[in-house]
Amino acid sequence: MHDLVLVALVALPAVVGALLVLSGSGADRFAVPVGVGTTALLTAASFAVSFPATSRPTVATPFMAGADLGLGVDGLAALVLPAVAVVSALVLLAASGTPALRTARFYGLMLLFVAAALMTVLATTLPTLLMSWEVMGATSFALIGYHWRDQETISSGTTAFLTTRTADVGLYVAAGAALAGGAGLELAALPNASGGWRDVIAAGLVVAGLGKAAQLPFSFWLSRAMHGPSPVSALLHSAAMVAMGGYLLLRVAPTLAATGWADDAAAWAGAASAVLLGMVALAQSDLKQLLAASTAAQLGFVVLAAGVGATAGGATHLVAHAAVKAGLFLAAGIWLEALGTKRLSSLTGAARLWPVVAACAVASLLSLAGLPPLALWATKDAVLAAAAEQSPTLYVAGLLGAALSAAYATKALVVLTRHIPDDAESRYDDERNGTRAVPTAAWLPLLPLAAGALLLGVLALPPLFTDVQELVGGTAPEPSTFELVMSALLAVAVIVATVAVMLGVQGRRSGWPRVLTDWLFLEPLAHRLVVRPVEVLARRLAHLDDAVLDRSVEATAGGTVRLARAAALLDDRVVDGAVVRVVSGVRRLGGLARRPQTGQLHQYYLQALAVLALVLVVLVLVR
Amino acid sequence: MNLLSVLVFLPLAAAAVLLIPRISAGVARGVFVVVTAAELALACLVWARYDTPAAGALAAEEQARWIPGVGSSYHVGVDGLSLPLVLMTTLVFLACAVHALREQRRPRLQAALFLFLEAVCLGLFVSADLILFFVFFDLSIVGMYFSISGWGHRDAARSALKFFLYTFLGSLALLLGFVGLYVASDPHTFDMVELTAHPPLQGHGVAGGLVLAAVLLGLAVKTPTFPFHTWLPPAHSDAPAIGSAVLAGVMLKMGTYGFVRIAMPMLPDAWRAWAWVVIAVGIVSVLWGALVAFAQTDLKRMIAYTSVNHMGYVVLAVGAAGVLADGADQARQVAVTGAVTQMVSHGLLTAALFLLAGSMFERTETYDLDGYGGLAGTAPRYATLFTVAAFGSLGLPALSGFIAEFQIFAGSIATVPVTAVAVLGILITAALFLRALQRVFTGPTAGLSVGFTDVTPREWVPVALLLAVSVFIGVLPRTLLDVIEPGAAVLAHLVGR
Repeated sequence: MHDLVLVALVALPAVVGALLVLSGSGADRFAVPVGVGTTALLTAASFAVSFPATSRPTVATPFMAGADLGLGVDGLAALVLPAVAVVSALVLLAASGTPALRTARFYGLMLLFVAAALMTVLATTLPTLLMSWEVMGATSFALIGYHWRDQETISSGTTAFLTTRTADVGLYVAAGAALAGGAGLELAALPNASGGWRDVIAAGLVVAGLGKAAQLPFSFWLSRAMHGPSPVSALLHSAAMVAMGGYLLLRVAPTLAATGWADDAAAWAGAASAVLLGMVALAQSDLKQLLAASTAAQLGFVVLAAGVGATAGGATHLVAHAAVKAGLFLAAGIWLEALGTKRLSSLTGAARLWPVVAACAVASLLSLAGLPPLALWATKDAVLAAAAEQSPTLYVAGLLGAALSAAYATKALVVLTRHIPDDAESRYDDERNGTRAVPTAAWLPLLPLAAGALLLGVLALPPLFTDVQELVGGTAPEPSTFELVMSALLAVAVIVATVAVMLGVQGRRSGWPRVLTDWLFLEPLAHRLVVRPVEVLARRLAHLDDAVLDRSVEATAGGTVRLARAAALLDDRVVDGAVVRVVSGVRRLGGLARRPQTGQLHQYYLQALAVLALVLVVLVLVR
Repeated sequence: MNLLSVLVFLPLAAAAVLLIPRISAGVARGVFVVVTAAELALACLVWARYDTPAAGALAAEEQARWIPGVGSSYHVGVDGLSLPLVLMTTLVFLACAVHALREQRRPRLQAALFLFLEAVCLGLFVSADLILFFVFFDLSIVGMYFSISGWGHRDAARSALKFFLYTFLGSLALLLGFVGLYVASDPHTFDMVELTAHPPLQGHGVAGGLVLAAVLLGLAVKTPTFPFHTWLPPAHSDAPAIGSAVLAGVMLKMGTYGFVRIAMPMLPDAWRAWAWVVIAVGIVSVLWGALVAFAQTDLKRMIAYTSVNHMGYVVLAVGAAGVLADGADQARQVAVTGAVTQMVSHGLLTAALFLLAGSMFERTETYDLDGYGGLAGTAPRYATLFTVAAFGSLGLPALSGFIAEFQIFAGSIATVPVTAVAVLGILITAALFLRALQRVFTGPTAGLSVGFTDVTPREWVPVALLLAVSVFIGVLPRTLLDVIEPGAAVLAHLVGR
């Protein structure tokens, strides 16, 4: 029974989604109920397979390359699966508040994406993982570029797909190495691969994970992805897609640890992303961009957790962050719909307009800031405790990242909760015409998400954390009371300082360096270092193909014709000429032979006499 | 009569009947569809009755005297390497027949020509005799020449001639190689089963190398691989839609099929010695094809170059299968399985793409990618089909291309790690297809997109059929892989002798 539910978790949204996408606008009427209903079923199913802690269902069927198409729920999946399902359901409900999104295409694509995300969580083999992984990338392209009339959004979708696919190359290479390494393509068996191959596998997995999780140096696609509809951001950049990058690394943490270097590489990449993208987030003047950079920075903690073996801490951070960020992206979307803007300066005081939206956003922002006892305060410390064990530098970097989270969350908080300026109305609608209204479907899902943002920290605190550790596996150190208090004090201090600074600089323009506002120039760098050279190379090769390869074939053909002409000439002049010359020579001889035939009898006698004389001479000589 | 012989001679007979001038256009189109549908049904029947034959043997075999003087017979049969291609061929021809239901230019002759081509293509894939194989190989070139020159557009005459001369020249090299195999075999024979069971030229390094070189040259032109591919873009861009679909979908596979059916099992020593050359040609074809395709602005030329890229994966994989390494037996089998899967997958997806390109040309008489914009608004069904086909071609999971490419990469990288550079090919193809989608289908409706009518059932049904099969393989690959894998295992073993 559980096996069937497991299959349905992937098959149901995939089939319903595909049908919705293919049926076109005719099915728009059913899109919302079908979409929301499906995800509601998925939510129930996800809890059903995750929480009979005694049985851990798995299903597998032969697939390819000797590996199975396998789905299974282990402790880690049991924690993350319900989070993905719940956030999906809430986001699809919220999306029904936006008229432009109440289409079969949107809900169909979202369901396809959810199917891929759930399959990623459940995958037990590399081919299964790669399958869902790439479908997730492709559907994210279609979702980000949902408003395809706008070239900018579709090109953002392309950027997202191509960037994440670049990192996916790592998974293909890892699959090859796993096949060669002798341990098979089961994810759980990868640490047993033979020496050198295991290094290749780990490297491939790290690259793939960093790409999806929008860690450095791949982060820029996340910035571009903000062109997509807000519910898309709320799902892709909280519980799925980006989160799946972190999830993959948590899942393969034993493989990373087995190499002795890949875990450190992941830890440092995560810490670097937490710090640098935290700074980027602080410098943003657009709410969605701030949230995007913050997503990459927060995923940095998850990646760091994978690197230091804090699987339980990383998983709880992933889940808590999903609730926080889904709520915040939905709130940003609500304001964008209602007020027509997502610029922070234009949103000044927006939190005073709709109290429920405001309360939920404030709760989520405070959680993001790491204010105790809210969720992210505790989960992040569960990660940092393990980091401290490994390296003090990592721990300090992590604390810095936490301080930056407090700073940028507070920055958004202060702006949103200020008094509404008198000229507010004139600053709205810089992106689209706002509706000045918030439908119930849009704000209702914020409540459970905000509750999660407030309360999910219990997962990372005693006594529950011990159970979570047991569920997920791993024996990472739990945060000490000292560490918890330290980080609480740090958060409070940064919040207070930020509020003070923000009130101080009121009205003045902020002078953030462009390197931070422009996301470390990652996208222009990628363009200059990768995209342009490839385009130039492609043009050069195409020219070479026409001008050298094809031309030489044509030249060979032309040469053949010329050779044929020369042969024809030779045939005419030399061969045929020789024949003609022989013939004319024979003719001349014939003419000569006719000369003696004069008809004069005395001449014939003379000729006979001459011949006789000749014969005599010859006879005499020969004898 | 043997089922395979019916499969080959039924369309031939139908083609002969269609040569009667009094048959009306409507009847001819109908016959075209009915016969190709019957062929599909027959191929399914062969599949249903198929039991994996013993190593080195063939299923559904038939042998009859033909030219006993030179040890050549009419010998046909299928195994795991050829059966999938047979089924794919019948599918592509049925799709073409439906697409051609509105053909106005000499429909009777076109139907006859394509039924003749179907017979020839199927004949090649079931041949178990080198002379028979060669006859079908050359007849396919003749048939395609008439298809391009008689029903093509733009510079069709010149492109057709180029296609004919180039591939015909390649076939001569192939014949030279076949004669080499014949001369070296003892007793002299052209029988493929015999030659596979007792490969001649084992241990004759130079002679084996020369014969392999001749065979490889012939197959490389047909496939085509870098640097013998320049006949392909003009042939495609000037061919009629169904001509392109058959050329890319079925006829290119004759080259790659030759690798797995002839070159590898009959010249294993030489193949292993020259595997590095094959791998290098494969890698270069993958990257060259992808990059040059990226620079194209003409839809058909772009798809043509992606064919060079996709066939490059096949070449790469069969090359890697020739590199023996400790414990790499499974990887070599995976690579060969991937290569055969890729032949099937590419046939389905490229045929779909070329039929769609044909629908575009029917409306606007141009393949210029920059001439469109926002086409998804005016032709949503067309946009959906094109998007699915494009994503399939760039190797998206849940379509057949992923099943093929995953196995090719995993198998090749595990045997020859340097082949990992070829994975970049899937990135470049992703970039070029997304950019093409973006240019043609998104943005404000502009240029030639204005007034572009959406595809009719006659156009979308065949494409949807091809794509549905691709999705089926992508989601439930075992149906296909259960047939291919035993054949691939046998081949990997034969190459290792």
